[in-house]
Amino acid sequence: MARQIGEVILDLRNISLRFGGVKALTDISFNVREHEIRAIIGPNGAGKSSMLNVINGVYHPQEGEILFHGQVRRDMDTHDAAAAGIARTFQNIALFKGMSVLDNLMTGRNLKMRTNFLQHALWWGPAKREELEHRRKVEEVIDFLEIEHIRKTPVGRLPYGLQKRVELGRALAAEPKMLLLDEPMAGMNVEEKQDMCRFILDVNDQFGTTIVLIEHDMGVVMDISDRVVVLDYGKKIGDGEPEEVKNNPEVIAAYLGTQH
Amino acid sequence: MAATPNGAALDTFPRLLMHHASVRGDRPAIREKDLGIWQTWTWAEVAEETRALACGLAELGFKRGDRLAIIGDNRPRLYGAMLSAQMLGGIPVPMYQDAVAAEMVFVLQDAGIHIAIVEDQEQVDKLLEVKDQCPELQHIVYEDPRGMRHYTQTFLHGYDEVVAMGRIHNKNQPDFIEQEIAQGGPDDVSVMLYTSGTTGKPKGVCQTHNAFISAARGGCEFDKLVPEDEILSYLPMAWVGDHLFSIAQSLYAGFTVNCPESGDTVLTDLREIGPTYYFAPPRVFENMLTQVMIRMEDAGAIKRKMFHYFMDVARRCGAEILDGKAVSFGDRLLYALGNLFVYGPLRNVLGLTRVRVAYTAGAAIGPDLFRFYRSIGINLKQLYGQTETCAYVCLQPDGEIKLDSVGKPAPGVEVKIADNGEILVKGPMLLKEYYKRPEATAETINADGYFMTGDAGFFDHEGHLKIIDRAKDVGKLSNGAMFAPNYIENKLKFFSHIKEAVCFGHDRDMVCAFINIDIGAVGNWAERRNLAYSGYTDLAGKAEVVELIRECVEKVNAELAADEMVADTQVHRFLVLHKELDPDDDELTRTRKVRRGFIAEKYAVLIEALYTGKQSQFIETEVKFEDGRRGKVAADLVIRDVKTFPKAAAQKAA
Repeated sequence: MARQIGEVILDLRNISLRFGGVKALTDISFNVREHEIRAIIGPNGAGKSSMLNVINGVYHPQEGEILFHGQVRRDMDTHDAAAAGIARTFQNIALFKGMSVLDNLMTGRNLKMRTNFLQHALWWGPAKREELEHRRKVEEVIDFLEIEHIRKTPVGRLPYGLQKRVELGRALAAEPKMLLLDEPMAGMNVEEKQDMCRFILDVNDQFGTTIVLIEHDMGVVMDISDRVVVLDYGKKIGDGEPEEVKNNPEVIAAYLGTQH
Repeated sequence: MAATPNGAALDTFPRLLMHHASVRGDRPAIREKDLGIWQTWTWAEVAEETRALACGLAELGFKRGDRLAIIGDNRPRLYGAMLSAQMLGGIPVPMYQDAVAAEMVFVLQDAGIHIAIVEDQEQVDKLLEVKDQCPELQHIVYEDPRGMRHYTQTFLHGYDEVVAMGRIHNKNQPDFIEQEIAQGGPDDVSVMLYTSGTTGKPKGVCQTHNAFISAARGGCEFDKLVPEDEILSYLPMAWVGDHLFSIAQSLYAGFTVNCPESGDTVLTDLREIGPTYYFAPPRVFENMLTQVMIRMEDAGAIKRKMFHYFMDVARRCGAEILDGKAVSFGDRLLYALGNLFVYGPLRNVLGLTRVRVAYTAGAAIGPDLFRFYRSIGINLKQLYGQTETCAYVCLQPDGEIKLDSVGKPAPGVEVKIADNGEILVKGPMLLKEYYKRPEATAETINADGYFMTGDAGFFDHEGHLKIIDRAKDVGKLSNGAMFAPNYIENKLKFFSHIKEAVCFGHDRDMVCAFINIDIGAVGNWAERRNLAYSGYTDLAGKAEVVELIRECVEKVNAELAADEMVADTQVHRFLVLHKELDPDDDELTRTRKVRRGFIAEKYAVLIEALYTGKQSQFIETEVKFEDGRRGKVAADLVIRDVKTFPKAAAQKAA
């Protein structure tokens, strides 16, 4: 691969997150380098999704600090995160079911729209030019993900695997620098998984997008990620390259259970 | 035709292209939908780009007589590549884009390909996989650079890079292409199309410029095609029909070719383009009708009533009105109303509003299906031809349409029937030869210069040709009755629930059949009955589905019983296959024709079960996925007996 893995662009330091008495995350530190594919794995309830939510500012950790783009902060803010180029997909698909694929993807351009509501309502001058430009960008994503045939289909009528792809499309429409994928392959069959893997690798390769993903399919994780961090009960139990993590006894124990 | 003077100079395709570029340079020659917008190339632009590509190919070492492999979906630039090769006196060899790498090896080796132009990374990967087996392959040019950044091999070239190289070449030697075109003649081979290989290894059919131009001229004049016509080109470029319509006829008449956005968007693209001239194999027309019927069943009661009422009217008089026959005033009035409320909107939804002439061929089309399209005012006709005859032997003339014939011999074509019933053909559109296979050429062209089609048929009293079956497929039951498997299979396939059928009976005492269900139609049927299923195999094995199919087979038996000739070949027993017959598993050819012998061998255990009276049979079959991996499907297949009808009693039932 010609892709160059760059500097650390996101560094999470000693993050702890509590919901009342429940400790979701305890003193977790790990970093993400530019252009890499970073996987977060762990058994159910390990705190993986919470971790993503901390990264894009949905949850605010009680302890720790986050270094993002050279700036150290207590926590992230959702708007700041989105504006800084962090886009994400969700474990349970969060698309607008009644809207077409095209319209759903256009919502991904929301943050990039400069003209105001009135101008859009009149569909004149700058607003029109701007929409054409956004539409072009969205069409490129449609072409990239090979979903031309469902461009005008309402999302609710699509099979699950395609909905997942559309959700990735909406995230891509925002031209993110960092993409957070929450179980992009859950519930897919082998062929759909292969397609999704190819798209993730292509995104990473062609646009240089940094990718943080949560995934349960170990084969997929080991195949496509550069580095893996393993969580269990809100604690970090492993971090490193796939090969290294695979042989980590603590990780094996977490997945296969320990002998008592 | 006014648009194309019969000047002696316009006898090769490059000359035709240059002619169009000069007389209608700013008219659209070809369109493609890209990023959601239809992009147009004018004749002048096509001529310029093809010229540049030709120069670029010359720089890569492409010479007169060389073969250029072309692999990909229908893309303007790939069509252009054919002309580029022809400009240099080379021979384009379009190949089936969905073939797996191993299947491509044979053609690459047989044709001795040095240079291949392919669509994208997928095709490049396939060629790289087999490059070691094809030492002659020196350069691969890819059109779409996506995903190609990390390929460092020096024999890989981007299309743009080759064209840029060609433009420089063209600037330095502006007369080069003109000289090359001038050297070409009408008797040069213009294209090599490989036969689908229903029988043995594929053979490269060499067709000259003259053959294809003659076939195109005949077709264009027969149907009065003009430069304002539009077609949608979505069938494989390696198929002779697409070459005839999208290259030969388009270049002869100067009409516009439209390439769909992708294979999955064809129906949408069809609606957007609204072609005036349309070709589709029966299966496409069938799919379209199935879609309509599925949607009608989900429609509201009023709409459904209206649809069925007016479809009855159309069935009664629609085809007659289209043929200009006498129809009562009342029916005409009803038909006009129906046209306003049902047929017009329906044609519009199908994207066939502007169609003046539509053709189908390749397989038999069901009478109901054929009549449906004609009755809603679409001038659907049948044609008959082979790769070896530029798909140009018989055409149905306007107003003389018979459901069970393929029409009259086309202008310039001579057809006669041999003593054994085989159809023999002669004319300018015949192949020059099979590439490097003189013995095969000698076998198919007899001493009098007739091409032996291998089809059995006869002329009716009005001079229309009727095809029964492949001459060699027509067999005999053990009691001596004639057994034409295709004939029965086609009758079965006319049911929307049945996608594919394979009948057995040669040298046996009765006819038995394998059935493939149509997952779309049967799936919808099951859904409406709240019948849950997990996939193809599960659905195919449901008792309710087997019963549904049994009813279809029984209806076919009733039809067969009514006809003296085939009454003995009623289907006695059948089973529903657990997997779809698939070209990837070698069960169908790339043009989706059944490979009878292979299937009989592969499923020998099932055939035995059919004939030994078993009630069920377990089978496990290996399947190949698109990416080349293998898997297994297993199922217990139920075998059912079907009621057969005595010859006499059938008269009442039918």
